[in-house]
Amino acid sequence: MIARPQAMGFWLAAAGLLAAPALRLSDQAATGLADRPAVLASLTAAAVALALAPFWPKLSPAFGLAGTVLGCAITLDLLADNAVAGHARWGYWLPVLATWLAAALTLTRLAAVSALDRAGQWMRDLAIPLLFGAFLIYLWEVAVRGFGVPPVLMPAPTSTARRFVESLPILGDDFVQTFVRSVLSGYVIGCGAGFAVAIVAYRYEFLRRGLLPLGNFVSALPIVGIAPIMVMWFGFDWPSKAAVVAVMCFFPMLVNTLAGLAVASPMERDLMRSYAAQPAQTLLKLHLPSALPFIFNALKINSTLALIGAIVAEFFGTPLHGIGFRISIEVARMSLDMVWAEIALAALAGMAFYGIVALAERVTTSWHPSYRN
Amino acid sequence: MTSSALALPQAMPRSGWLAERMPLFVVVAILLVLWYLAAVLMNASLVRDGFRRADTKYSFTDLIAGTMEAARPVVPAPHQVAINFFDSVFDYPPDSPRSLAYHSWVTLSATVVGFAIGALFGIGLAVLIVHLRTLEKSLLPWVIFSQMVPILAIAPIIIVVLGAVGIHGLLPKSVISAYLCFFPVTIGMVKGLTSPDPIQLDLMRTWSASRLQVFCKLRWPSSIPFLFASLKVSVTISLVGAIVAELPTGAQAGIGSRLLTGSYYGQTVQIWSALVAAAIIATVLIGLIDAVGRLTARRMGAAA
Repeated sequence: MIARPQAMGFWLAAAGLLAAPALRLSDQAATGLADRPAVLASLTAAAVALALAPFWPKLSPAFGLAGTVLGCAITLDLLADNAVAGHARWGYWLPVLATWLAAALTLTRLAAVSALDRAGQWMRDLAIPLLFGAFLIYLWEVAVRGFGVPPVLMPAPTSTARRFVESLPILGDDFVQTFVRSVLSGYVIGCGAGFAVAIVAYRYEFLRRGLLPLGNFVSALPIVGIAPIMVMWFGFDWPSKAAVVAVMCFFPMLVNTLAGLAVASPMERDLMRSYAAQPAQTLLKLHLPSALPFIFNALKINSTLALIGAIVAEFFGTPLHGIGFRISIEVARMSLDMVWAEIALAALAGMAFYGIVALAERVTTSWHPSYRN
Repeated sequence: MTSSALALPQAMPRSGWLAERMPLFVVVAILLVLWYLAAVLMNASLVRDGFRRADTKYSFTDLIAGTMEAARPVVPAPHQVAINFFDSVFDYPPDSPRSLAYHSWVTLSATVVGFAIGALFGIGLAVLIVHLRTLEKSLLPWVIFSQMVPILAIAPIIIVVLGAVGIHGLLPKSVISAYLCFFPVTIGMVKGLTSPDPIQLDLMRTWSASRLQVFCKLRWPSSIPFLFASLKVSVTISLVGAIVAELPTGAQAGIGSRLLTGSYYGQTVQIWSALVAAAIIATVLIGLIDAVGRLTARRMGAAA
C-alpha cells in the first residue's frame, strides 16, 4: 500500500469517474454518458485502474498513468459531440477534475520512484516535465472547448497545431527572416564584439576599470528601446533587427567575459609566470578556459534576449515577413490561432537555440565542478 | 552553474574617490567625444542637402553648427538630447500629454504594479517548488522553458484578451511585466530557500521544528540576500515589459508610446530623451531596491 492520503486521492478520482454518468452531461439535448456503451466501458476501465493503483507501490505510477490517459481520451472524445462542446455541465467536468487529481497523484508517485539506475533516473526526470506539459495542454484544450471560449480570445491547442501544419511555408519564411537573418547575425556580431572588447580591456587595466562599471550599468538598462533608432538608421529589413540584437548581446557578453577573465587565482597566475608563459599563452591556456563558464552564461542569457530583441524591433517596421510582423498583423485580424502558431515557432526556435548553447557548454566545460556529482 | 555576472570588487590601492573612478570618467568622456563625432559625420549630408536646397553658401563651421542643431537629426548631439529632455520634463505641467514626466509616470506605475505582482508570484512559486518534490521535478523545467518563449511576443495577445474581458489600462501592461519578471525571483528564491546547510537543517530537526518553523526561522532569513539580488534583476525586466507592452497596442501614453510616435513622425530627439527617461527610471528603481536590501541586511545583523 502507498501512503494513506495518496491512496484516498486515487480512490476519490476513481469514484469521481464512476459517479459522472449519474450527472447531466450538457445543457443541450445530448446523449447521456449512461447511453454511450463504449464511453461507459472505458470510464469503468479507467476507474478500475485508478482504484487498483494504491495496492502495489511500485506499479502505482503505471496504473495511475493508464487511468489518467484513459480519462483524457474519454473527455477529449466527448468534445467531438457538438452538443457537449461549449455546453458541458457537471457530468463532463467531474471526469475532467477526477483525471486532474489522478494526473497530479501519478506525477507525485512517479517523482517518488527511487532505486533506479542512471538511465532510469534520466528517463524519469525527462518524463515528469513532459507529462506535466502534455497535461497542461490537455487542460487548456478541454477548458477552451468545454466552456466554448470564442477562438478570437483563446484558440484551442489543436486548432493552433492544425494552423501550424497548414501554414508551414509562411512560418518557414518568417523563421528565416527573423531567426536566421536577424537573430543569428546579430547574436554573432554582438557576442563577438563583446568578447573582443573584453579581451582588449583585459589587456589594459585602465580600460577594464572604466568599462566594467559602465557595462554593468548599461546591461541593467532597457536596451530594446533603441529599436526605433536602429530602424531609422538601418531601414526596415533585417539589418536593423540584427543591430538591435547585437547591441543587446554586447553588454552581457562584455561584463561576463571580464568577470570570467578575473577568476583565475593568484596561484594559477604565479604558476604560469613560473613557466615563463607569454601573456598570449597565459590568456589562451589559463584565463580563457577558466572564463568559459562565464562566457557560456552570457551566451545563454543572450540566446533568449536575442529573440526578444528581434521580435520587438519588428514592431517598429518590417518588410512583409517576420515573426513579430506576423504577430502584430494577425492580432489585428483576430486570427489568434496563427499568432499562437508563431509563438510556438518562436518557442521551438528559442528552445533549440538554448539547447545547442547548453550542449556546447557541457562539451567544452565538462571539467567544471557543477557537472561533477 | 556560474552564479553571477557581477564581478567582485578588485583589490585596489586606496587612492581616493576620484582616482578610483578616473577610468570610468575617461571612458565616458571618450564615448561623449565619439558621440559628437558621430553626430557630425552622420548628419553632415542631411545638413549639406538643406543648405543646397536653400541655395546658401556655407562654410565648414556652418556645416558643423548645422549638424549640432538639425531638427530631425540622424544622430542627435548629446546636448540636444539633454535640452529636449529637460524641456519636455519641466516645461509642461506634469499632467499634460506633452510632458515626459507624465509619460514616465504612466510607465513607472505599470512597472511597479507588474513588479509587485511578479515578485509575489515568483516568491510563492519558489516556496511551493522548495516544499513539494513533485513540483520541483515537473514545474521547474517549465518555468525555465517559459523564458525561452519570447514572451514579449505574447504581449499583444494578453492586451487583446484582457481588453475583451473588460480589463483596460494599467493592469494588462502590468500582467506582461509580471510574466516577464517573476522568473529571476523564482530561480533566485529557489536557490536562496535551499541555501541553508544540511547541518543547519539537521539542527532544526533535533529541535523537532515543524516545516513552518524551519521556513520562518531558517529558510526565509537565509534567502533574503538572494531575494534582493534577484529583485534588482527583475525590476529592469519589469520596466522592459511595461515599455514593450505599450508598443503593439498603440497606447496613448507611456515611454513606449513616446518611442512609437517618435519613430512614426521621425522625431529622433524625442526617442532619445524617452530612452534617457527609461534609463533614469531603471537606475532609480535599482538604487531603491539596493538601498532597501542594505537596510534589511543591516537590520538583520549583517556586517555593514
